[in-house]
Formats: sequence, C-alpha cells, structure tokens
Amino acid sequence: MELSRTLGRRALVLLGIILVVAWANGDLKLIGIPGWGSYTVRIINLCAINAVLAMSMNLVNGFTGQFSLGHAGFMALGAYVTALLTISPATKEMLFFMVPLWKPLQNLTLPFAPVLVLSGLVTGLFSLVVGVPALRLRGDYLGIATLGFAEIIRLVLQNVRRLTNGALGLKGVPPVVNLWWTLGAAALTYFALRNLLASSYGRAFKSIRENETAAQAMGIDLFKHKLLSFFISSFLAGVGGGLLASLLTTIDPVMFKFPLTFQVLLIVVLGGMGSLSGSVLAAAIVTYLMEFLRIVEEPHYLSFMTIRGIPGLRMVIFSLALVMVVIFYPRGLMGDNEITLAGTGALLKKLLPKRRVAA
Amino acid sequence: MILNIQGVRKQFGGLVAVDDFSLSMEKGELVGLIGPNGAGKTTVFNVVTGVYAPTRGAVSLDGTDITGMRPDLVTRLGIARTFQNIRLFARMSVIENILVSLHWRLKANVFDAFFLDRKYRHEEEAMRDTALRLLARVNLDKLTDSQAGSLPYGSQRRLEICRALATEPNLLLLDEPAAGMNPAESIELMRFIKKIQRDFGLTILLIEHQMRVVMGISERIVVLDHGVVISRGTPEEVSRDPKVIQAYLGVTEHA
Repeated sequence: MELSRTLGRRALVLLGIILVVAWANGDLKLIGIPGWGSYTVRIINLCAINAVLAMSMNLVNGFTGQFSLGHAGFMALGAYVTALLTISPATKEMLFFMVPLWKPLQNLTLPFAPVLVLSGLVTGLFSLVVGVPALRLRGDYLGIATLGFAEIIRLVLQNVRRLTNGALGLKGVPPVVNLWWTLGAAALTYFALRNLLASSYGRAFKSIRENETAAQAMGIDLFKHKLLSFFISSFLAGVGGGLLASLLTTIDPVMFKFPLTFQVLLIVVLGGMGSLSGSVLAAAIVTYLMEFLRIVEEPHYLSFMTIRGIPGLRMVIFSLALVMVVIFYPRGLMGDNEITLAGTGALLKKLLPKRRVAA
Repeated sequence: MILNIQGVRKQFGGLVAVDDFSLSMEKGELVGLIGPNGAGKTTVFNVVTGVYAPTRGAVSLDGTDITGMRPDLVTRLGIARTFQNIRLFARMSVIENILVSLHWRLKANVFDAFFLDRKYRHEEEAMRDTALRLLARVNLDKLTDSQAGSLPYGSQRRLEICRALATEPNLLLLDEPAAGMNPAESIELMRFIKKIQRDFGLTILLIEHQMRVVMGISERIVVLDHGVVISRGTPEEVSRDPKVIQAYLGVTEHA
C-alpha cells in the first residue's frame, strides 16, 4: 500500500518532468504549443553540459583529492571524436581542402548515441596513458603534469592535420543535441556517480583524499583507485566534450585552452569540492551569470552619455568571485554536503511555520 | 614463528635510522618495542609494513618474504597498524572508517557499484554487519554516524585500533597508542589492548615511549636507542639493565 503510493508519486513526478522537458524542447509544437525560446534552451543545454563536466572533475579533484587540471584536453578529445564520426562525408570533403582526411574516416559516420559512448571510451583510454605516469605525482605536481598533458593534446590536435584539419577546426557537426540529450546525460551522470560514491569504491576514493598513507595501510591499492577515478572522470569529460561539439557545431583547438579547465574548476570550487549536487547547482549559476554578465561587455547608450563595454570583463568578475569564494567561503556553496529530497523537505518545514507567524 | 625480522638496516642518506635490527615473534605474543625519542622505533614499523624498503636485511611473515612489499599488499597478508599521530579519515563517519578496511575484500566490481545492483547491495549489507559488530566490541557502536574527526581523543585511538582490526590481521602493530594520555587513561588502554589480543587471537608488537606503560602487559621487551638494540628480555630484566637506565635517564659513568 505504502510502497505503491510512493511508486505512484514517483511516476507522477517523472511524468511531470518529461512533460516540462518536452514543452521546453519544443516537442509539443506538433499539437500547437510553442516551446521555450531558443536562447533560453541553449543556456539550459550549456548548464547541463557544464554540470556533467563539473561532476566529472569533482570526482577526481573533490572526492579522490587528486589535483588534476587536464579537463580541457580530455574534452577536446571527446569533441574531436564526436565531430569526426558524425560530420557527413560531403562536409568532410569540403573541410579538408588543404590536407585530405585520413581515408578510413572519410566515409565513416555513426549514429549519435554510440558516438557519444565511443568519445567517452577513447578519452578514457587516453586518460590511462596520461594517468599511469602522472598519478604517481601528488598535489601541485600532479596539477602541473596534467595541465601539461592537456596542452600536449591540444597541440597534437592542432598539428595532425590529416586527422583534425589543424587550426582550421571542424565545422558542420550535426546539431543533434537537444534538452533530452543534455539533461539526460546530466541526470545519468548524477545518478551513476551518486551510486558509485555511496558505494565501497566511493569510500575508497574518499579515504585516499583524507589520508593516503592510512588508506594504503588499510589495504587500499592507491594507484588502481586513483586510475579508476581518473578514467571515469575522463570518460565523462569526453562525453561532455562530444555534447558540446554537437551543441556548438564548430570546434577548433583554440577552444580547448586552459581557460576552459579553469571555468569547470570554478564551478567545482564554487559548488563545493566533494558535493555532486553542489556542482550541478553551481553549473547552473555560473552558466547563467556568464550570459547575464554580457551586459558589462556591451556598450550602453543612455540619453546623456555612452558607457563603453569592456570585452573580457566577465572573466575578471569571475576570477574575483573565485578569489572571494576561496578566501571567505572556502567550502563553496555546499561544502561536501548534498541536496537531498529529505533535506529539502526538512528545510521547508523549518522555513514555513515562520512565515505563518509573520503573517 | 609469525614475524621474522633479520638484520634490518635503514639508512636515510648519511643517517642510519636503524641498524642490524632482528626480532622474531611467536604467534600470540605481545612484544613491547621501547626507546627514547628518535630511537628508530617507527622506522622499524615502516620497514615491516612496507612503507620503507630496508637498506639491508629481510622481513618475513609466516615464512613469506615481505621485504619492501607495497603496504596495501602487506596488509592483505595479515599485518595491520595504527599510527603515532592519529591518521583517521577525519571527514568520514565512524562506520565508514571501518568499511574502508573491508574494501579490499569486496568482490563486486565498479559496474555493480554504479547500479547498486543486488550483488552489490548484498555485500554492502554484510560489510555493514561486520563493521557494526566490530564497533560494538570497542564500545563505539553508539557513534557509528558521527564524523571521525569530531570524536574525543581516546575514542579516536580506539577507532584507529578498530579500523586496523577490520582488515583481519594476524599481527597488529600499535605505534604509541598511549601517546598524549594521562597515566590512568594509559592503564585503561593497556587493559583494552590485552583484551583485544585475547578476543581476536592476535600477535601484537607495541611501540611505547614510556617504559612504565608496557611493563604490565608485555611478555618481552626490546629496547632501541640510536637505531641499535641495547637490551632485550623480560620487563624485569630490561628495567634493571644499566644500559637502559642510562639511555632513558642520561646517567653518565660518573654518577
């Protein structure tokens, strides 16, 4: 009885979510209901992709305690794999007018779902190549090594022109992603990582973060678990890169410079190192602010004067915000706590009676 | 013979931390390793548990050579330890600290963990049962969900010992478990150690700075000073040894 009621309620919530996403995505146009504005939908897509990226970075940096700065490089790999396997042969022929594309890839196109998984796998496998030497380092040294590897990936992509079209980049990636893909990827990532972190493997990761020496003395194979965490994180970074490639439809090596890693790191630190829901929350906030703060970069014409916008000021504001967070609120929005249904309920109960008294 | 340390020497550059250290322990023994600060006691532990590879000499457990073996593998063979400065997983709960020690026996793979499938849930339940039973035996079962770092000092020490026990060792190495305790607390702790030795059928090697503390419970005592064994024997023999008295009190020949 009780069980069937909770199941019924869950099904109802799920149905509601599906309806809202379908509406926002414009799927209800068929029956005459217009979707949400394309600008808003684009921002939500970016939010979801950033959430995937932030959660994956949090796994290594926040939960396993390994300072890794290679995210942009791994995203680049995923983005290029997705682009090369989805762009149509005709477009490829047009793109590679300087140096022809490597033959086997010329006519190869696959459906988006397997391509996304493949992007993750290729990135994950490559992360093992990076991780085996780099994860022997600790702390700042690991950060520098992974940063270097990311830069190597980018430079290789820029120079292997037969595969990547070099600095010209790849255009015409089919815009397959919509809210279903991005929100779906974010939800899958969230639930998979939540389960993993609640499991014995998650405890092993956290024990390494807390005290490596003690974790090893309790029988934890440090290297194996660091590599596992690194692999899963890179897999997700590759998937995130693939989603981004399809959302933007154009990629080039310059996109994947260090500031991209910095942007994800900003989200992770702001949301809280060691909080999955914090990463999701901060991804939404930061992505929205990134758009909102465009006003500081645009000129404004008032009747009596003109305010010139300063390009790049957004990044100054974000850097300042990060400095502030680190100084005054080092644990971020959520610390290592999670937003749960029970917790939200308790919070509401605490807040609601107060309102009644006030009224 | 459960543990056999043969002529171990550990050198850090020009500094010889331990020289020609030998010790063999029979099953069920409780041996005290004492000595003044900087005598090399913890270095011996680090060599036995694989944190350091010895410069010379060999260590074997139950006849298996474990010289320079990786610490997690040494633990899996049956040696567990605690640390001089408590090294709990401070931001994890009490029960999670114990569960980490059970992780290496886990059979479920990562995919089982992603889906928290039946195979995984079954094992998790068994692990929690084991952890709760262990915590009950060290009187920490009422604090299972507290953060380990927030426990009072004495409880942290007990939790650290309990965490080591959870790896199911045959040999337990305790590094100054009574550090920072007053005499009454130390005596209670020693009683506790004696009790877990009986209950779990353990062989224990115990480092202690103060001789007084180990006198009551050790069958044998080894005294280290400046990396060299200066005396060994029963507590009575050792406490009468003039070399030991000199090492501890710094008595000169004139006195």
